[in-house]
Amino acid sequence: MAIKTEEMVLNMGPQHPSTHGVLRLELELEGELVLNVIPHLGYLHRCFEKHCEAMTYPQVVPYTDRMDYLASMSNNLGYAITVERLLGIEIPERVEYIRVIMAELQRIASHMVALGTYGVDIGAFTPFLFLFAEREKILTIFEETCGARLLYNYIWVGGLSHDIHPDFVRKTKDFVRDFKPRITELNNLLSYNKIFVERTANIGILPADVAINYGITGPNLRASGIKWDLRKNDPYSIYDRFEFDIPVGEGLYGTTGDSWDRYYLRVLEMEQSIKIIEQAIDNIPDGDVQSAVPKRIKPPKGSIYTRVENPKGELGYFIISDGSLNPFRVKVRAPSFVNMEVFNELCKGHFVADIITILGSIDVVLGEIDR
Amino acid sequence: MYDFLVNLVGNNIVAFFIAAALPLFLFILPYALLAVLAERKVSAHMQDRLGPMRTGYHGILQTVADILKLIQKEDLRASSTDKSLFNFAPYLVFMGSFAAFAVLPFSSFFIGSSIDVGLFYFLAISSLVVAGILMGGWSSNNKYSLLGAMRSVSQIISYEIPTAVVVLTMVMITGSLNLHTISDQQTAFFWNWNILGGTLPGIAKFLLIPLMLGAFIIIFISTLAEVNRTPFDIPEAESELVAGFFTEYSGMRFAMFFLAEYANMLAVSFLITILFFGGYHSPLGYLGNTLGVEWLVPIEQFFWFASKGLIFVLIQMWLRWTLPRLRVDQLMTVCWKYLIPYSIAILLLVGLVTLI
Repeated sequence: MAIKTEEMVLNMGPQHPSTHGVLRLELELEGELVLNVIPHLGYLHRCFEKHCEAMTYPQVVPYTDRMDYLASMSNNLGYAITVERLLGIEIPERVEYIRVIMAELQRIASHMVALGTYGVDIGAFTPFLFLFAEREKILTIFEETCGARLLYNYIWVGGLSHDIHPDFVRKTKDFVRDFKPRITELNNLLSYNKIFVERTANIGILPADVAINYGITGPNLRASGIKWDLRKNDPYSIYDRFEFDIPVGEGLYGTTGDSWDRYYLRVLEMEQSIKIIEQAIDNIPDGDVQSAVPKRIKPPKGSIYTRVENPKGELGYFIISDGSLNPFRVKVRAPSFVNMEVFNELCKGHFVADIITILGSIDVVLGEIDR
Repeated sequence: MYDFLVNLVGNNIVAFFIAAALPLFLFILPYALLAVLAERKVSAHMQDRLGPMRTGYHGILQTVADILKLIQKEDLRASSTDKSLFNFAPYLVFMGSFAAFAVLPFSSFFIGSSIDVGLFYFLAISSLVVAGILMGGWSSNNKYSLLGAMRSVSQIISYEIPTAVVVLTMVMITGSLNLHTISDQQTAFFWNWNILGGTLPGIAKFLLIPLMLGAFIIIFISTLAEVNRTPFDIPEAESELVAGFFTEYSGMRFAMFFLAEYANMLAVSFLITILFFGGYHSPLGYLGNTLGVEWLVPIEQFFWFASKGLIFVLIQMWLRWTLPRLRVDQLMTVCWKYLIPYSIAILLLVGLVTLI
């Protein structure tokens, strides 16, 4: 008599400790081996794009906070730059410097969450709390400046909501100074740990051509060995004034583009962000941060697409203006959403435990996927 | 102990029950309460946190409060579970881990049952845990529980082999399965401990030291895997399987699994202590003997036994909060490709050394 066998369908999420929000994964398993993964999205859909059509241009800014809620500053920055280019206004130097510093601090904070939760996914809980203690310092700096810890609404069209706190420069310098040894600590505790390397190297390899075909951006693309960073390749704000490198994945422990590379690339990027902050923090010119904020934003008819390098990847805003106070259409190219598409490709043939590893290494935020 | 109780209460059966229940109530339950708190405190301080601070001084009553809360909880059970198996599983796991303490000599006086197959009994009874885990995982009728239980069973059964081989090595040296006898052989000072070659004479002792160190490392790793602790906590892998085989459990039944885990940690630590670190014997001699106060000696022995065991529990906690988790196939690789061949090699070499 033949034994009847069938694949087990395991429903992972939306309530699951490590799906990073409300992602639901439908896994087809043969024992522990994964045959197919179907991500189900939409549990966090809030009609962001439709909402924007009923809002005036400045009113959209708080909504952008809520997309990638771990990188609100960067989202604000992207939107502000897009509308400014549509309006064709000049931004004061002071504002540009503060924006860059904020965006880089935000990048570090976002990467810290990514690395920390990645450690938890693999079973190392301690690095998570070490990193969150550091992230707390960034959040304190943000809180002092704009009063909020997560959703800042800080970078406005044409300027900033507040000038920086008098302590800002000192505290940022302190943070930069204290943070460097922390990176070494993280590397010793987690990055080079034998078990961690065994778990992540050669897992979920994303070859460069596949990455390009799927439109992967950000750290995930660079981990596959492609030097593509909008801060260098399509500079916005004042990024062309700073010296920094674009780290790429080298496959130090396994193949280029594996989970370890994606993890380690974020560590390297934090170092580069520190470098940018160090160059910018002493050169903030004086001025009024709200001098260029328009009283009434009414762009001419037309459309524009602008992209910025977010911690998660390339964040693009496509805005159509019909000449009224409200945007006719706001379309967002969300990096997490695009990066998520390659997930099934990466997971096939791995074990259940590796699904978590790969998901963590892609670093998605569901607020941004569903918008 | 048993004879003493028979004399005291004058009844065999009553004495038997008291002897069986004493370690449980005097030591293991307070220990489990303490260990859960200790784990939280150890992890907290390793992570720059404070841990529980509100219940009592520095949160020492936190576990008591937790247990009280868990007792009050509704006895939840999903409708599709296999009722009798589901209800029985936690008790089987609990029983398996607590029954192992019966043969452990806490001191030369305080031992539940000094049977001649103590070591064998210990290995056998702690395997009951596997049955309990499989029952719990299967009867929950939950895919996560099933995956966790399957992982757990394959893991525990695999890692019992290196444990058993190392235990066999020790039996070859000591010539006894009685844990009391094994402890008593390593008496007097710490250079008589088995980790330092035991009481063998001359050159054989020095030849044994590296082999014993190897055997100790193997048994420590494999017992770590047997009690499902990080880096081998794959059955419970929180980030993958929610809570593994006890995903569906809540309230007191959950607490049973939880307490059993900590009791298990202690049991295997005690086993290592007895086999390698002189059991209840003091490394330096006894204050009671020096002062001529004889009743002090068993108390000192108990102190040494408990502290040696707790040190290993502490090391287990320390590892848990430092290391990430292995994957299932890597776990099996560690066992079958490294631990088992090495342990068999050690067994052979020890056999040669004892011939000298």
